[in-house]
Amino acid sequence: MLSAPPRPWQREFYQCIQCGMCGGSCPLGHAMDYSPRRIIHLAREGLLDEVLRSTTPWLCVSCYTCMARCPGDLKITDLLFPALRDAALAAGVQPPPEMKRALDNTYRYGNPFGEGPRKRLEWTKGAGVPVPLISQLKRPVDVLWIVECYPSFHPRNQRQAQALARLLHALGVDFAILGPEEHCIGDCERLAGEHGLFESLVEHNAQMLARYEFGEIVTGDPHAMNSLRRVYPGLGHRYPASHYVEFLARRLDALRPLLRRSVPARVTYHDNCCLGRACGVYDAPRDLLRAIPGVTLVEMPFSREMSVCCGGGGGGMWLDTMIWQTAHERLADRRIAHALASGAEILAVACPFETSRFEDALKSTGNEGRLVVRDILELLDESAAPQSEVHT
Amino acid sequence: MKIAVALTMVPDLVEELEIDPTGKALDTQWLRYVLSESDDHALEQALLLKDRHGAQVLALALDYGDAEQTLFTALAKGADEAVKITPLPAGEPGRRDAAAIFAEVLRAHPVDLILTGVQAINDLDGHLAGLLGGLLNLPFVGVTRSVEVAAAGALVVQKEYPGGAAAEIRVSLPAVIGVISAPQPPRYVPVARIREVMKTRSIGTEAAPGVGAQPVATIRRMYKPEAAGQATMISGAPEHVARELAAILESRGVLR
Repeated sequence: MLSAPPRPWQREFYQCIQCGMCGGSCPLGHAMDYSPRRIIHLAREGLLDEVLRSTTPWLCVSCYTCMARCPGDLKITDLLFPALRDAALAAGVQPPPEMKRALDNTYRYGNPFGEGPRKRLEWTKGAGVPVPLISQLKRPVDVLWIVECYPSFHPRNQRQAQALARLLHALGVDFAILGPEEHCIGDCERLAGEHGLFESLVEHNAQMLARYEFGEIVTGDPHAMNSLRRVYPGLGHRYPASHYVEFLARRLDALRPLLRRSVPARVTYHDNCCLGRACGVYDAPRDLLRAIPGVTLVEMPFSREMSVCCGGGGGGMWLDTMIWQTAHERLADRRIAHALASGAEILAVACPFETSRFEDALKSTGNEGRLVVRDILELLDESAAPQSEVHT
Repeated sequence: MKIAVALTMVPDLVEELEIDPTGKALDTQWLRYVLSESDDHALEQALLLKDRHGAQVLALALDYGDAEQTLFTALAKGADEAVKITPLPAGEPGRRDAAAIFAEVLRAHPVDLILTGVQAINDLDGHLAGLLGGLLNLPFVGVTRSVEVAAAGALVVQKEYPGGAAAEIRVSLPAVIGVISAPQPPRYVPVARIREVMKTRSIGTEAAPGVGAQPVATIRRMYKPEAAGQATMISGAPEHVARELAAILESRGVLR
């Protein structure tokens, strides 16, 4: 029995004015038994048991829409739902099976796939350029690239990692990766409410990063960037961290001459939640796309701050079955309709979750072939590739 | 009711298994161990009995691989006591050694019910549960998917048979049960709870008894599966494929 709300909620949510903006903004609010506003009200009254045993705690995909729109600046995404899930787990509620497996795997292996640490290097075989390990270089590097789990292990996302390796190489960046030592940064685990797991990942990562000297961290995973930039500092671990869109956009003068091959296409960009609403990065991905010869950038409905989540964040990658059974809708299906409405031929993304989610959405909505999903990295890599080779 | 759960570690298949230079054993340089899946179900079964009937659950593990982490996790899930049996001779004990050691410990600390997994991926020479039943001269039922209390001193277990058949069997206690699966998947326990248990609880130790030489299977050669033949792909019109198939089946004596 949970008779009183956990302390962080009390501090944060007694300021709530009960306006209901959160529930009205939530893309899955229609499927929730309790809107965030009602949850806060029940938390104040010490009546959370019913909420904890409903599906509501597991319906949040951490899109930050409620948080971006809350007139009281309450940390609904960062605090309320993780605390709800944490309280549910502590009360013995079992997480949905896919999430349970991912959390178990992350605790044991440092990645949600349950892959062995040595397999973190598999993707480098297809990069076509050297990808140095920082432990073997035994010297400081300018850029420590945190590849993260999906680009390391997921076959679709490995192509994104390979593209970034080639681009960094072409730009002459002094970079290295962690390889088998790398563990998940833990953003999705944090938002999934597994604060103990997040703490153990932070401990591992902080100890490991303390062993190496590097100028800055670059990652291709916006979720990792979200936690490195917004959460790790609060735990005493400050690193200069950028998403690749920011890193490459800062080097557009050097990058532009490499982009020789035309990619003639109408391209629309999907603002992912962590880069956009969480970290306020909207222009860098567009600057990169505009730099590619042949690309015509068009905006889709609901862009920038209004963007609709793909449904994969905050543990959403491991909640698909539960959300489908409850909401009878996949957010990626909703979002792909926006991309199609833009008339674009290519949907550009900058998050490893989104390539497979949107490719699946094209299939499940019967729109396969009407649009191609490409990471910005893949488009840049295609434009920068020598005439004889194009990596697709 | 006092329940002991015998937990064993098996090689973790997440890393590719490699064979050592002798050609007779696994290379342990990169080998990690993980709790055997059916032992995890045995623990869940014990915890379900505790939830329903208020049993005392003792988790026992031999000291190799991730035994400590496994025992702390068992405590976090709800086991009342966790005991590591140590020290062991170097390396992973064989199943007969493991059974003899568990049997000696359990003979010194008798319980009402012993639960363990009915099988493990490294079972080479007998299953732990059956061996334990034999060594302790206790009733044994294996391949169970449910264990319930029937009356004082008795259980009703559901045992699976090949072909989808099942039986309900009444078992008098004390007994050894080999669990294939618990009625529900092993429970998730938050990592915060495991970390808290690691700071606030301790694991007991039990001196590993000397059990003498156990019968062992001699491994003459260990090797990875070898391709034994080539598949033949038959293509073409359905009539042609059917004729080819019929000819192959006839040549093998399947069709006459």
